[in-house]
Amino acid sequence: MSSETIALNAVGEGSRPIGERLHDWVVTVDHKKLGILYILYALFFLVVAGIEAIIMRIQLIVPHNHFVSPQIFNRMMTMHGTTMIFFVVMPILFGFGTYLIPLMIGARDMAFPRLNAFSFWMTAFGGLLLYFSFIGGNGLYGAGTAPDVGWWAYAPLTARAFSPGHSTDFWTLALIVSGIGSIGTAVNFIATILCMRCPGMTLGKMPLLAWLNFVVGGMVIFCISPLTAAQIMLCIDRYLGGHFFDTQAGGSAVLWMHFFWIFGHPEVYILAVPAFAFVSEIVPVFSRKPIFGYPIMVAATITIGFISFSVWAHHMFTVGMSSYGNSFFVFTTVAIAVPTGIKIFNWLGTMWGGKIQFQIPMLFCIGFLFQFLIAGLTGIMLGTAPFNWQLSGSYFVVAHFHYVIVGGIVFALFGAFYYWFPKISGRMYNETLARWHFWLFIIGFHLTFDFMHIPGILGMPRRIYTYEPGRGWEVWNFVVTIGAFLQAAGVLVLVVNFLWSLRRGELAGNDPWDAWTLEWSTSSPPPDYNFAATPLVRSRRPLWDLKHPEDPDWKYE
Amino acid sequence: MSMKCSTQTRNFLGRMAGIAVLLAGALLASTLCFGAPSDPSQIPSIFRPQSTPANSIFHLSLLVLAITGVIFAVVFSLLAYSVRKFRQRDGDDGREPPQVYGSNQVELAWTVIPVLIVLVLFLATARVIHSIQDAPKPAGAIEVIAIGHQFWWEFRYPALGVVTANELHVPVSNSSSPTPTFLTLLSADTDHSFWVPRLAGKTDLIPNRVNHTWIDPEQTGVYLGQCAQYCGVQHAKMLLRVYVDSPEQFAQWVEAQKTPAANADSDAVAEGRRIFESTACVNCHTISGTVADGHFGPDLTHLMSRDTLAAGAAANNPENLRTWIQNPDAIKPSSLMPAMQLSNHDLDALTAYLETLR
Repeated sequence: MSSETIALNAVGEGSRPIGERLHDWVVTVDHKKLGILYILYALFFLVVAGIEAIIMRIQLIVPHNHFVSPQIFNRMMTMHGTTMIFFVVMPILFGFGTYLIPLMIGARDMAFPRLNAFSFWMTAFGGLLLYFSFIGGNGLYGAGTAPDVGWWAYAPLTARAFSPGHSTDFWTLALIVSGIGSIGTAVNFIATILCMRCPGMTLGKMPLLAWLNFVVGGMVIFCISPLTAAQIMLCIDRYLGGHFFDTQAGGSAVLWMHFFWIFGHPEVYILAVPAFAFVSEIVPVFSRKPIFGYPIMVAATITIGFISFSVWAHHMFTVGMSSYGNSFFVFTTVAIAVPTGIKIFNWLGTMWGGKIQFQIPMLFCIGFLFQFLIAGLTGIMLGTAPFNWQLSGSYFVVAHFHYVIVGGIVFALFGAFYYWFPKISGRMYNETLARWHFWLFIIGFHLTFDFMHIPGILGMPRRIYTYEPGRGWEVWNFVVTIGAFLQAAGVLVLVVNFLWSLRRGELAGNDPWDAWTLEWSTSSPPPDYNFAATPLVRSRRPLWDLKHPEDPDWKYE
Repeated sequence: MSMKCSTQTRNFLGRMAGIAVLLAGALLASTLCFGAPSDPSQIPSIFRPQSTPANSIFHLSLLVLAITGVIFAVVFSLLAYSVRKFRQRDGDDGREPPQVYGSNQVELAWTVIPVLIVLVLFLATARVIHSIQDAPKPAGAIEVIAIGHQFWWEFRYPALGVVTANELHVPVSNSSSPTPTFLTLLSADTDHSFWVPRLAGKTDLIPNRVNHTWIDPEQTGVYLGQCAQYCGVQHAKMLLRVYVDSPEQFAQWVEAQKTPAANADSDAVAEGRRIFESTACVNCHTISGTVADGHFGPDLTHLMSRDTLAAGAAANNPENLRTWIQNPDAIKPSSLMPAMQLSNHDLDALTAYLETLR
């Protein structure tokens, strides 16, 4: 548990030319630098996809608006969805995983550092490829255009008859390429967690963050594969005369749906489980208690991992499956609520009897708990097939999954951002700006996504670039758009805080939160080699043992 | 540190209350600004069902809402209580709270109770699925084939010999002599979804696949809906109207639809018909009794019996009809209806002819 550092570089960072320092970032195989690259890359795309969302919300603020054309709206909706899932939330979660896993398990790097760099650059290239479609999308046909087939790209809209030009190809290739990066990262997570733990850290003594990312690694391997397979089949359809999904030649549109959603539903948990991991680290520290029911949390996560592969067709209740098929997927869908509920109860159990400190990361985690609860309950509504026949494809479902992804995952991510910012940058964030960020964002979030449920109940379908007046949808759409601006303002405050604190923030010290996991035992930011001496742990909270030698955890575990 | 935390707590709770007030205020303000009361019959709310499938779903949704409501109340209370009760207080002694690692009894309780809830939910849901999906078709049922097109609806009544578009006419049904309408759902191009919220949940129209749904509206009137599966550029303007007629009205409507188009009774109309038959119109549209027998666009034999044009995108009046023929993009950009590039004179004659198609 040493915080001493070893002087490896005779030359200080500041004196080296900027070109050389940038070159370091390009060729680096250090998990910390790659983690930071992932996070910065994702924050950039967060702003881009956020702007796309704002464009859609301006268009929908009043009925029959003419802010953008239907073509542009459809591109915005496709790019917003694809970007947020594949190039914001996934890379930022991988970024935190890449940065934190070696530090939390007392390792000096990932198991495969060069694979790590390769994975990041594949993901980054995928995002660039997707956005290059704005320039190259229409091929030789004319002006550039981005994909406009929706982020599920349902067949046969992707067939060349309905999607001429190259926009769909950019979408397909971007997902294949970034999928390779995701699988590389998943392999790396699994190998690192299995092989690189420091002495004394048995699987049962790993921080929950490592456990949960281990499960995510397994899920990524099994769910990205069908997506990649489907994308390759689509390429064969479009350029080599295949007819997998080409309905005009006897192909099956439903086959694409199965391929897409057997990826798509586990994907939701691939995004959610790392968010659970953040909450499982942050809530104990600010409640001053260990996580409640550690083994149950691990078991619940593994259960979620397995069940999440058996629920995909709940995205397809309206495609005309038999009543038995529908009933099966209702059962698996409501069943997954049980392990998810257990997790929520365990977080509450952790707070129960603690001394809760309302630091910014904890505020975001409380927001997460509240919103994830509601998201889970609207999920149960959508999981009951007949109710789903009314709600799916409507704004209710849009509100539901934004509740999951923004209200749940993004809130946990912001919590993680503030929690580990002092470790990663060595400086504290600005408290006032952080509070502004929290309150603007949570008020904006609730204005947008609480009220977005209502037009869905009143029959408003999703993915429409405009709507008819007089159907009772106007008020709600107006409020939703106002909320979107507040959220955008919140994110702007975050960006300002980030840039300001990087240069001007107070020095954080090694352990500003009085926390218990290994990353807080080394300096902030950690040196290249992470730990001067390999740590030796005896319990799940090595720093607790160090700080409380009279009452160490290993006596009880 | 402890002072600060306690002030933070108060701020936190105060602001939570602030959020609630702000949300309510925003809602009130927006309602005042936009409070033009909509005609309730125009609001396609899933909570005002008028047909058996929508009704069964409504009753199931009440059960689901009750269960989820209770879960919310319990868990939210626990969260709010923890946040209030277990915050770090003023003058905290700085000692760590008792370190509790878990409890198997508690874990067992909050596993078993949700399992029981899940079982109840599943059984109730499976029952409704079966009652809607596997409902037997009574002898008096009307059969309709609905075909989704980019971006309009084709409705064919094979037993009655009627073909129409975008506005589905069905008879009202009552329990003493049920006349439900059973729809066979097909697609000519991409995926679509048939959704009239007050009558039934949505079912997709998928190419190379035959789907089914049914409705038995209890009251006459017009029920609004629209395509609910993204189908291309103009997905937003693929609107759907269901006219529920009394049995007599429905019989009259069927009779009127079965008769071929009337012959021209004036020169202008005759010229309009000649223009229709000699331009590209006939490639896509059918008018029975003429040479026009295209199938890519809506059947126009009784165009004037419909209230709307362009799948509900505009009211059916002479002015809109003229615009629709001359410059469809003004009403529905990138629909598959081409701009016909006619002279003013030809356009007038064509419009005059189309207006005779009652």
